[in-house]
Amino acid sequence: MPAGSPCGRVDAMITVERLTRKYGAFTAVDDVSFVAQPGRVTGFLGPNGAGKTTTMRVMVGLTPATSGRATIGGHLYRDIPNPGRHVGVLLDASAQHAGRTGREILTLGAQTMGLPASRVDEMLDLVSLSPTEAKRRLRNYSLGMKQRLGIAHALLGDPSVLILDEPANGLDPAGIRWMRGLLKGYADRGGTVLLSSHLLNEVELIADEMILIGHGRIVAQGNKEQLLADVDHKVTNVTALDNAALAQALQAKGLAVTQAGTGLRVEAAPVDVGRTAAENAIVLTDLRSADGGLEDLFLELTSDTQRDDVPQGAPA
Amino acid sequence: MAATATLDLSGTAQVPFTRLVRVELRKSYDTRAGFWLLVSILGVVGLVLAIFTIIIAVQSEPVLLGDFVVLAAYMTSFLLPILAIMLVTTEWSQRSGLVTFSLEPRRSRVVVAKMVVGVILTLVTLVAAFVMGVLCTAVCEIVNPALTGWEIAATDLAGFTVTQTLAMLGGFALATLLLNTPAAIVLFVVYRYVLPGLFAAGNALIGWFDELSPWLDFQAAQGDIYEWELSGTEEWAHLVVSGLLWLGLPLGIGLWRILRAELK
Repeated sequence: MPAGSPCGRVDAMITVERLTRKYGAFTAVDDVSFVAQPGRVTGFLGPNGAGKTTTMRVMVGLTPATSGRATIGGHLYRDIPNPGRHVGVLLDASAQHAGRTGREILTLGAQTMGLPASRVDEMLDLVSLSPTEAKRRLRNYSLGMKQRLGIAHALLGDPSVLILDEPANGLDPAGIRWMRGLLKGYADRGGTVLLSSHLLNEVELIADEMILIGHGRIVAQGNKEQLLADVDHKVTNVTALDNAALAQALQAKGLAVTQAGTGLRVEAAPVDVGRTAAENAIVLTDLRSADGGLEDLFLELTSDTQRDDVPQGAPA
Repeated sequence: MAATATLDLSGTAQVPFTRLVRVELRKSYDTRAGFWLLVSILGVVGLVLAIFTIIIAVQSEPVLLGDFVVLAAYMTSFLLPILAIMLVTTEWSQRSGLVTFSLEPRRSRVVVAKMVVGVILTLVTLVAAFVMGVLCTAVCEIVNPALTGWEIAATDLAGFTVTQTLAMLGGFALATLLLNTPAAIVLFVVYRYVLPGLFAAGNALIGWFDELSPWLDFQAAQGDIYEWELSGTEEWAHLVVSGLLWLGLPLGIGLWRILRAELK
């Protein structure tokens, strides 16, 4: 798979084109376009209410689009016959009859898709739900167990595309690691995985490609290196015994300086700030990069959609 | 799983309709709620028939097999619509529709499959009720051979089957319209028990209303089916028009709503 621009490739399995979904005056998904490729895990990342779930629901035809469209392997989802055999979907692990047992839920799926009953046991085994657990009713499942069951349901029909909404939600650390391995292996065998999350770390570890969404709009996409390269402002937090003198010296070099807490925020790399201080014999008490990597980028890009203000001077 | 950008759908057939029906049938009894609803329907019918049998036997009253069937129909006409309502609304109340309609995006096929399941369960219930009626008649036969008759007209059985199926479909139609269990049951009760009283009052009090009401009163129109004495174009016309009003209209709007609805 060649690296490069994530857009415009011919081998896109999931293609979302200018998708918009409005609810009255509220635009949940605003002109969203992206692709997910076979053999890769594509992470769909954004804060709560950014439009991830709505986008995924439109993909599988549960929510009609206001405009634009989403295709899977060149087809609209509703045109795919027996779609469970091609596209594995997990949108909400709790959206099942609470009175059904785990095994019964998988059996219904297998029967609809026309699969042998043995497939149910294979899937229960794959997601490590024991026979006793499989006999329990869904209302007695923990969230983690529901997620495992949901992943088993998505994989039942041996699909070549997986669309998973927050699949790691509720899984314990061992479960998250297990899912990571499972999805990596699935993508390595040529499958297409699109998974959403509001947790950056989760997606960073598993996704080859990331799509950042905020306020219904795509704010950035690419792999980790591309994302960081795109928005790589060198910013440094520095505190000196004599902040005023340091600020003057930095400004003399044409660097932008702003007051930040007890120190200064400089738009330059730490090495340049340190050099300026040394040249001017200014004693530094603190010098560090304000560039916090993906997390900062994520928060910066989605800042106007965050529910909570990021505290000023938060450790980078 | 080749790394191609298209899904090869040539080897995949649409989910056969019979399979959808089989899955929907299974869903009607694979939960405790569904299973006990079915058991209760048969239980209630059996209980009432048993009480009726005891009364008849003790009081030495004359009785026919047809009487038991009429009694059973009286109860199933209320219980079957509730069963039909549950078939539809649980997909929304339990949110299992998310999965159901992901696996079969052609939603109308699922709705029709559910309707077929409603008819299957209606027929099973009616056969069970008929068997219970036969058993009760047999008991009366043993106790009071002279007073017990096995007469039942084939037309009675046909009328019984058709009216019960229409009653079930009435509940089904209201369920698709409202997609909410309690609301659908309340509306059904109003339709079933309050409306006939209103029609009667209207006929008695408003001069011109008794001309209009046969066209609106689906239940009165069905009375003739039960007697299997539907004769004349006028009666058929009443049945069709009132049926369109109480079955066709809610089902049409309901189906339109289900096809467009966003499943949350």
